[in-house]
Amino acid sequence: MRPPKRLRRKAKSFVLLGLCGVAVLLMLAPLASILFTCFANGAGAITPAFFLKNPPSACNPNLGAPCPVGGVADAILGTLLLVALASLIALPLGILGGIYLSEFAERPLARPARFLADVMTGIPSIVIGVFVFGIFYFFAEEGWISSFSVISGYTGAVALAVIMIPVVARTCEEALRLVPISIREASLALGIPRHRTILRIVLSSARGGVLTGALLAVARAGGETAPLLLTAGFTTGTIFGLSGWTPSLPVLIYEFSAGGYANTTQLAWGAALILVLMMLVISVGARLALRNRFGGRSA
Amino acid sequence: MRGAQQRRTARAFDRAFGWFTVAAAATLIALPLLLVTIVAQNAWPALVRFGPGFLIGKLWDPNLPPITFGASTFIAGTLETSVIALLIGVPLSIGGAVFLAELAPDWLRAPVAAVVDLLAAVPSVVFGLWGLYVLVPYMRTSVDPFLAKYLGWSPLFAEHAGSQSGASILTASIILAIMILPTISSVSREALRATPDSQREAALSLGATRWEATRMGPLAYARTGIFGAAILGLGRAMGETMAVTMTVGNSDNFATSLFDPGQTLSSKIAINFGNALPLERAALVELGLILMALSLLVNVVARLLLRSMTRIGRTTA
Repeated sequence: MRPPKRLRRKAKSFVLLGLCGVAVLLMLAPLASILFTCFANGAGAITPAFFLKNPPSACNPNLGAPCPVGGVADAILGTLLLVALASLIALPLGILGGIYLSEFAERPLARPARFLADVMTGIPSIVIGVFVFGIFYFFAEEGWISSFSVISGYTGAVALAVIMIPVVARTCEEALRLVPISIREASLALGIPRHRTILRIVLSSARGGVLTGALLAVARAGGETAPLLLTAGFTTGTIFGLSGWTPSLPVLIYEFSAGGYANTTQLAWGAALILVLMMLVISVGARLALRNRFGGRSA
Repeated sequence: MRGAQQRRTARAFDRAFGWFTVAAAATLIALPLLLVTIVAQNAWPALVRFGPGFLIGKLWDPNLPPITFGASTFIAGTLETSVIALLIGVPLSIGGAVFLAELAPDWLRAPVAAVVDLLAAVPSVVFGLWGLYVLVPYMRTSVDPFLAKYLGWSPLFAEHAGSQSGASILTASIILAIMILPTISSVSREALRATPDSQREAALSLGATRWEATRMGPLAYARTGIFGAAILGLGRAMGETMAVTMTVGNSDNFATSLFDPGQTLSSKIAINFGNALPLERAALVELGLILMALSLLVNVVARLLLRSMTRIGRTTA
C-alpha cells in the first residue's frame, strides 16, 4: 500500500532539505581539515630559528647525519619587500583610479576604465606573470636592464602591483559611491576647492571602506604564487634587496612541498600555517570593520 | 585681491589633481591593452611556426627534432578539471546556499556564511599543499579504489598503469570544486535572499511543502543568478594554477580516465616556463593566450547573466 500523497511529499521535503544541511557541513569540512593539518604539521616548525635562519640545503636523514630544520627568514623578508613595493605602486594608482571612476564618472574615460578594470580582474594570475615577465624580457632585449634582472624581486613586485591595481580601484570606487552627494555639494558650496573636497571630505568619510579594500588587495598579493614563480624566482640563500631572485613564502611552500625531505617539508607546513593565519586574520578583521561601519550606519 | 589669488591657486591644484586621476584611469585602460599586446607578441614565434594546428596538436616535445608543440592535451585538461569541479561544486554550493538563505535561523546564518566565505581567503598554494599531503593519499587508498570497484566498467573510471598515484584529473577537480565553493555559494545566497517573500508565501498558501515552496519560489526566482554564479566559478576554476599543478599529476599524456594524471594550461606554464628555451617559451605563452581567451569568454558570460539578475531585482523591488 502506498503512503498517502501528502505524507510522501512531506517526506521528500524533509529529505531534500536535510541534504541541504549536509551540504553545509560538507562545505565547512575542507577549511577545518586545512586548518587542522597546518597546525598539526606546521606548529612544530615555528621556533625562533624559523624567523631568523634560512632553509638548510637538501639533506637526507637516511644517510645518518642529523638534518637541521632551519627557517624561512629571507622568504619572510622577501614577501614583505615584494608586497611593500607592490603596494607602493598599486595603492596610489588604484585609489586615484577609484576616485576618477567615482568622482568623475561622467567623464569619457570612466566607462572604458571601469569595464577594463573588471576584465583585468578576470584574467588568471599566471597570465599576469607571463605578461610582466614579457615586459622585463623586452627591457633586457633592448639593453635597458641586465638580463639577470629579468627574474628579480622588482619584476615580482610589478606583477603583484598589476594584480592589485584594478582590485583597489574598483573597491575604492564602491566605497566612495556610498558617500552621499549632499556632502560633496555642501563642501563645494562652502567654496572648498574640488581636490580638497575629494581628498579631505569624500575620501576621509569613506576611509573605512577604502582601507578595507586596500587591505584585502594587499592580503591577496601576499598569497599569490603563480605569478611570482615566473617573475621573482626562488632561492634559499640570503637576499640583498629585490635586485636578484627573491624568495617568498608562497613560492617556498611550492618549492618545498614535493622535495620529500622531512626538514624542508616541515618548513613548508610552517610557512603555510603563518600564511593561512595571516590571511584569516586580515579577512576576519576586514569583515568586522565593514560590518561595524555599515551596520552602525543603517541601523 | 587675496581672494582672487587663492582662487587661482585652488584652480591650479584642482587641475593638477584632475590630471593625476586621469593618469590613473588611463593606467586602468592601458594595462589590459598592453597585456594583450605583450602576450600576443611573446607568443608570436609559436603562432607563426605552428599556426592553428597548435590547438589540436597532441605532442609537446622540445627535444627531438622536429620540435613540436601542441595544446590539445592541456586544453582538454583545463576543460575536464573545471567542468568536473562544477559538477561537484555547484550542487553542494546550491544546497548550502538554500540551507543558509532559507532554513537557517538568524543566529546561525551569519557566522556559518562567514566561515564558508573564509575558504576564499586561503591561498591557492596552501590548498595545493593540503591536497598533496591529505587529499592525494586519501584518493589513492580510499576513493579511487572504491570508485574503480563500482564504476570501473566505465572507461571514465578505468585504472591504468601509472594512474594509481592518487594525483589525477579527479583529484585536481575535487580541489577546484572546494576552491570555488565560496564564490558560487555567496553569489547564490544573495540571489536567493533577493527573492520577495510573496513568492514563498504564495506557494505555501497553496499547500506546498517547505521544499516545494523553496523550489517554486526562491530557486526558480534566483535561477539566472545561480547560473551566473556557476559560470563565475567556472572562470575561477579554469585560471587556477598552484593547487592544480600540485595535485593533477603533471603528465603530458592525454588522460582518458579520471584516475589518469594530466596537465592543464596553467599547470603546464607553471611547470615548464622557468626552464624553457625561447621557442618553447613562446609556445607556453600561447597556452597563456588560450587560457586568457577562455577565461575572458566565461567571465563576460557570467557578468552578463549576473547583471540581468540585478536588473530584475531592481525593477521588482
